[in-house]
Amino acid sequence: MADTAVETGAEASGAGMPQLDLSTFPNQIFWLVVTLVVIYLILSRVALPRIGAVLAERQGTITNDIAAAEELKARAKEAEAAYDKALVDARAEAGKIVDEAKAEMQAELDAQMQKAEAEIAAQTAESQAAIAEIEAGASEAIKAVAKDTAKEIVAALGGKADARSVTAAVNARMKG
Amino acid sequence: MAETTQSAEGGLSFHPLDQFEVYRLFGEGPVHWYTITNVTLWMAIAVLCIVLLLVMGTRKRAVVPNRTQSIAETLYGFIYTMVEDVTGKDGVKYFPYIFTLFIFILMSNFLGLLPMAFTTTSHIAVTAVLALAVFIAVTVIGFVKNGVSFLGLFWVSSAPLALRPILAVIEGISYFVRPVSHSIRLAGNVMAGHAVLKVFAGFAQVGLLIAPFAIFGVIAIYALEVLVAAIQAYVFTILTCVYLKDALHPSH
Repeated sequence: MADTAVETGAEASGAGMPQLDLSTFPNQIFWLVVTLVVIYLILSRVALPRIGAVLAERQGTITNDIAAAEELKARAKEAEAAYDKALVDARAEAGKIVDEAKAEMQAELDAQMQKAEAEIAAQTAESQAAIAEIEAGASEAIKAVAKDTAKEIVAALGGKADARSVTAAVNARMKG
Repeated sequence: MAETTQSAEGGLSFHPLDQFEVYRLFGEGPVHWYTITNVTLWMAIAVLCIVLLLVMGTRKRAVVPNRTQSIAETLYGFIYTMVEDVTGKDGVKYFPYIFTLFIFILMSNFLGLLPMAFTTTSHIAVTAVLALAVFIAVTVIGFVKNGVSFLGLFWVSSAPLALRPILAVIEGISYFVRPVSHSIRLAGNVMAGHAVLKVFAGFAQVGLLIAPFAIFGVIAIYALEVLVAAIQAYVFTILTCVYLKDALHPSH
């Protein structure tokens, strides 16, 4: 058996294809089956589950990262909206404060004006009273001077001046 | 090997088929089924490389992969998508078997392209076992999943009734020829490429005039063979998927 195997092997290597040398077939088939079983066991027990897990994990990580990115984007949008709102509010507040300040100033101004006008009016009235007093004083003095002058004139003319009639005459003249 | 170098020095008598020789690694004697041969060695190297690539390479389980892990993941994704697309969701449970076939053929083809290497997939004994394993598995799965209705694969119900028996014969022949074409396609491509490489390499030592062309030829054929190594692994795998699809969904 051993000898025939050697002979056929030698023949095949001398001429023809080694692929058709049937004596090596059992050897090749045996080692092929061993190899395939070993590869299958390694792959199905270790390599393929591991690679599958890594790929699944990566897919999960990517999905999570995308979700997180979406969330962050939404939050950023929210923050932007809040910022915009705050800005609008601040503007409105500022406008309100300006209006209030204006109104306050206006009110104060109005009050001051009124006060000033009242003061002016009071002063005017006072002045007018003083003028009237002066005027009254002046007409009294004129009256007295006129009476005295009239008495003197009447006396100088030789008449006897009645004080009452002189006063009446002066008063009548003054009115006219 | 000493004989071949001697005869090569003698002139044009080179032996492009010597590289396919199966020989024992230790001692003298016949090649028994358990003998440790160059087949054993190169299959062991293939297993080692597969372990390095798919087990050691993915050791870190990194979410952001390094190069080796990227290659392992790409191969996984490529075959997984192929199985899912061709055979459908219910074919996914056969993915480890299909991936075993694919990675063994791919690794053997590439290792065989190393200088001085022995190419296990260039032997019809190896590819025939692979193809027969697929053929038997697919046939068994077909009958287990579908029962007798699996025979509907041969009975083309969309054809006119008169034609159906003839079509059944043709379909039957094509079904049983599958393992033959499946195995010879792979072994033939790989063997032819390696033999042509050796022929060009033989011409390279003939003379200074021919050597440059021969060396250019070796480079060109080598590049082609790198392509063929990947494509044949792909073709074998996708045909396995197509056959599996027939078994799972026999209706045309």
